Order: sequence, then C-alpha cells, then structure tokens
Amino acid sequence: MHIVDGALANPVVIGGAVLAAGGIAMGLRSLTLEKIPAAGVLSASFFVASLIHVPIGPSSVHLILNGLAGLVLGWAAFPALFVGLLLQAVFFGFGGLTVLGINTLNIALPAVLSGLMLGPLIARSSPVTGAVWAGIGGAFAIGATTLMVAASLMLSGDEFVPAAQFVFVAHIPVMVIEALLTAAAVYLARQVKPDLFNALQGARP
Amino acid sequence: MAHILSPRRAALAQGDEGAGWLDRIDPRSRILGASLFAVAVVACSRLEVLGLAFACSLALLLAARLPIRPTLKRMAAMDGFILFMLVLLPFTVPGEAIVTLWGFTASWQGLARAVEIALTANAVVLALMVLVGTMEPVTLGHALHALKMPERLVHLLMFSIRYIGTLREEYLRLRVAMKIRGFRPRTNWHTYRSYGYLVGMMLVRAVERSERILGAMKCRGFSGRITMLHSFRLTRADLAFGAGLCGTLAVLLLLEFGPWP
Repeated sequence: MHIVDGALANPVVIGGAVLAAGGIAMGLRSLTLEKIPAAGVLSASFFVASLIHVPIGPSSVHLILNGLAGLVLGWAAFPALFVGLLLQAVFFGFGGLTVLGINTLNIALPAVLSGLMLGPLIARSSPVTGAVWAGIGGAFAIGATTLMVAASLMLSGDEFVPAAQFVFVAHIPVMVIEALLTAAAVYLARQVKPDLFNALQGARP
Repeated sequence: MAHILSPRRAALAQGDEGAGWLDRIDPRSRILGASLFAVAVVACSRLEVLGLAFACSLALLLAARLPIRPTLKRMAAMDGFILFMLVLLPFTVPGEAIVTLWGFTASWQGLARAVEIALTANAVVLALMVLVGTMEPVTLGHALHALKMPERLVHLLMFSIRYIGTLREEYLRLRVAMKIRGFRPRTNWHTYRSYGYLVGMMLVRAVERSERILGAMKCRGFSGRITMLHSFRLTRADLAFGAGLCGTLAVLLLLEFGPWP
C-alpha cells in the first residue's frame, strides 16, 4: 500500500510529513534508553514480518501487521514503522522519498489507534477474548490504513477515485487475513510470554 | 554476514573501479543530493522534463557501474505495485479520446498523467537506490545522525539494520521447523493460525533477545551516545558532485518553469 512520488498533491504530501513528524516525536519521547533495544528489535521483527507472503487462493499477499505493531509498541509504532519504510525505500526501492511522511502516517496512525483503544482491553481479558479483540484491532488497522490511502489519493484529484475504491475493495481479504493472524499471534504471545505487551509499557503516554 | 539490506555490496566488490567515485563522495552529500533531486523532480510536471530527469537517473546508474539488471528489476517491482493505478488513469481523467474499450473511454490527458507519475516515481527511486542504497546500512545511520536526525531515531534505525538479518534467519529456521513437521501453506484457517503463531513466536523471541542485548549493552557502559565510526569530511569530490547536481537541477527547473510554451 505504498504511494509513490509524483502521485499526490503537494498539500497532502506536506501535511502528511508534518503529522508524521509529530507522531514520530511522540513515539521517541517515550523511548528511554532502557526501551531502545526492545523497540529496535521489535521494529526489525515487523520489517521481517512484512516480507512474509501468505497464500490466499491462487495468489499471495504480504503481511503489514500494523495493528499488531500498535498493540505491542504503542506510540513507538510511529518511529518503528517509519524506519521500516525508510529502509524499504532506500534498499528495496519500494514507495518513495517525498512520500515517506504520508506513507508513515497512513500506516502508523491506525497502528497507534488500535494499540491505544484495544491494548488495555486485551490486557484485562482472558487469552481467548483478548485474541478476539486483537483480531478486531488487526482488521481495524488495515481498514483504516486503506481508507487513509484512499483519502490521500482522493484529496489529490478526482481522477484517483476509482483507484482509491479499488484499493479498498482489494484489501478486504487482507483485512480478514491480518485479523486472523493478529489474533493468533496475540493468543500465542499471551500464553508463552504474557509480559510481551509490557515490554514497552511506559511507551504509552 | 550476508545481510538482506545490502545484497548489491557483493556484486559491487567485484568491479568497484567505476563505483569508486561514488564511494569518494561524502554519504551526507549523497543523502542531501538524493533528497534535493526528489523534491525538484516532484515539483516538475512537463513530460519532457520528467523524461530528462529519468534519463539523468539512468545515467547515474550507468556511471555508478551498478549491476544494471538487478537494480532495474527492483525498480520494476515497485512499478508492479502502481501498475493498476497507472492503467486506470487514462480511463478516469476526462479529455480527448484515444480509444473506447467496453464503453470506457481512454483520454490522452489521462495517459499523460499516468506517464507523468511513472516517470517521477521511477526517476526518484532510481536516484535514491543509486546514491543512498549503495551505502553500507550502518554508514547510512551515521550519516543521518550527522545530518541531525534525532539520536533515538538513529538508534532505532541502527537496531533495525543490525537485527533484520538475524531475525530473518530466525524466521527461516522456524519455517524449516514447520516444514519438516509437514506444514504446507494453503488458504485455510490452519495456515493462518500457524502463521499467526509463527509471528507471535518471532515477537516473543525478539523481546527475549532484546533483554539479552540490553544486558550486554549495560555491561559495556552504554550511555545513549552514538559513537562516530566515520569522520565525515567534505572534499573536492563533494564540490564536484554538488556543482553537477545543482547544474542538473537548474536545467530541469529552468526547462519546467522557464518562459517557453
């Protein structure tokens, strides 16, 4: 769901960059020295997870897992996902340079929102109920990201409206897959290492 | 260490004669250069100018003597992402008709818009991959630090660079373990649950690893400072690079915004 250079209108690109910078600053503020290794290694894990391709019918999709990133990292998901997008642009040629801000915003804001809304609920409930909430978070994050990508395109010009609608419809199966995976991942993590979600506990200001 | 982020390095090492000039340019100049080029190209919208900008990126690729095929292949991978949007554009922008397919009319204006986006995106990404993507990832971190990127963000970047390779190996080990137990990915609940457990396990292991890392760093007196391994110095090569870049951008912008029709 990368937007490339040259597609968006300047106000959208600049607005996205400013908001993303704000989000990154929020995320960094909460990262003390003690938490940097955990945040760094988790941000590398989400980069690796985004390379995983999951079969769907005759095709396959790559994972985004921004909902899970938000649940685990809280506000730190902003800088973590920014770092991932930067590395992808520089070394893989995915996305673009001037659109780094808006791409970060589109992926990280839904991540942080799902973390803030559902994190406390998951912590309170039993593993099975927690997994259901996590699944909702995973679906919400992908859905919101898709809507934000569609909105960025539509704000840039009416000619993108069909493309934006297509992006949304095409991602409905991705939402389902991400929901299932996020639910399973959170269920396992709660069973194996319940304090995974506390690794960056203070990271939610 | 075979690192996923720098596969080109190995190819570069074989014939680094030509890439030598690129290595002599300060990493900071290369990052700034790529960024300036990106902003200038995004500001342009004339097809001739964008074509020229893309030609400049191609020339840069040739001059850097990078392996051409793999680099262009990566660029094409990005085009795969946006192909659908580009194909759709001629049909959604109103204007002079080229052809009518199943009741939908493609317009020249829409085609021009699609070509514009494709040229911009490819010119920027190619220049970025040649100028910045050829750096050691760690050098990129140090250069961004020297360019005043916040220290904690640089730490996060460095940790990602360092552990992406390690964690990917761990992922592949887990996949092998699944495979020898007869796991074959299909479109079903079992597959998605197994992948979810796989991701969950990766996160658990990542956090446990980070605890060991923190211990090791504390033991060595880590204080949050980034020790500069590289002392960056601007040389004559940077002046030449900067002059060449500014000249190119001036020509591009003059052609775009100049007083001609």
